[in-house]
Amino acid sequence: MEHQLSGESSRESDVTDGERSEESAEPTRGSEREPVTFGLSGLRAGFLTCVPIALGVGGYGVAFGVLASQVGLSVAEATLMSATVFAGAAQIIAVELWTEPIPIAALVVTTFAVNLRYSLMGAALEPWLGRLSPTKIYSSLCLMADENWALTMRDFRAGNGRGAFLLGSGIALWLFWVASTILGTVAGGSVGDPNRYGVDFILVAVFVALVAELWDGRSTLAPWVVALATSVVAAELLSGQWYILLGGLTAALLEVIRHDG
Amino acid sequence: MTGSGTVDLLALETPFDGALSLDPLVVAVILAMAVVTVVAKTGGIWLVRRVDVSDRVQAGLDVLPGAIVVAILGPELAAGGPAEWGGAAVVLVVMWRTESILLALCSGVAAVVAFRAVV
Repeated sequence: MEHQLSGESSRESDVTDGERSEESAEPTRGSEREPVTFGLSGLRAGFLTCVPIALGVGGYGVAFGVLASQVGLSVAEATLMSATVFAGAAQIIAVELWTEPIPIAALVVTTFAVNLRYSLMGAALEPWLGRLSPTKIYSSLCLMADENWALTMRDFRAGNGRGAFLLGSGIALWLFWVASTILGTVAGGSVGDPNRYGVDFILVAVFVALVAELWDGRSTLAPWVVALATSVVAAELLSGQWYILLGGLTAALLEVIRHDG
Repeated sequence: MTGSGTVDLLALETPFDGALSLDPLVVAVILAMAVVTVVAKTGGIWLVRRVDVSDRVQAGLDVLPGAIVVAILGPELAAGGPAEWGGAAVVLVVMWRTESILLALCSGVAAVVAFRAVV
């Protein structure tokens, strides 16, 4: 009953017949070569896993809505932003920059800079997502946020091969994000600080849980120490979210240099 | 239309007039933000799929997930205090003992709220 709509990949070498012989060619990723399917069961698993977390993300959506209405965005405008941009940190920073006249260049450049970390996160999903069709890859990535990236990474590493997990979890986040934005803009300042309920800790908790699973013995230590040191220093020195990008890149660079001695 | 006091006042009296207003410039800026966000989200995988990735670069890509997670967590925890560190420890322990992410998250958030009330 598995909805195996697309186990195929856009890379010719991976098409069913060739798959078995190709597997041994990549020793470093041997354990990650299970088939990746894209179907309703994965979509539903992603959606259901993410609903509790999406509820918490809704706390930020309310906060964003309140901020957006304070700088003069209408309910329709704020909702449009949440529905199309769908990037929490970037949106909150954008409404903090929002003045009259609108600083267009600063808004667009800042949004890109804040979201650049997603390039790295998307690339990290390539071993699994890369085997789906371009339409499935890119539509899933449009609904990628920090929370569902973490959950999807976890699901892929568990060997479930559910290619639609990212999209399903993204849909859950999107629904709650848009709905809570409307709530925030309509309710305005009458909603209290969501951090009272520990909402600000949810993302940290998701990543702490992931850290436990991504630990892969001694080989993980050096790149993690480099990522940690770089990100902590960069967060002190630079504004915005460059520290995530820098931490990830320096660790990757270290591995590229260390490779084969 | 945006940001002026008169519009805010009108929005209060007749909610639907103000609430549903869409300023063309605001819409254009929002759509531009959406476009650069999609480029940022899809650009990385697009590049990796296009470029012939050597074993050396692959080794770098393989450490990305852990490195990104650590890079997000490090400054976040460094900026926190005992309550956040305690909460993180609770998540780790519950995750390790039960392997249930939902249980780990709920215990962690509850612990932080409790710790913050005490500390």
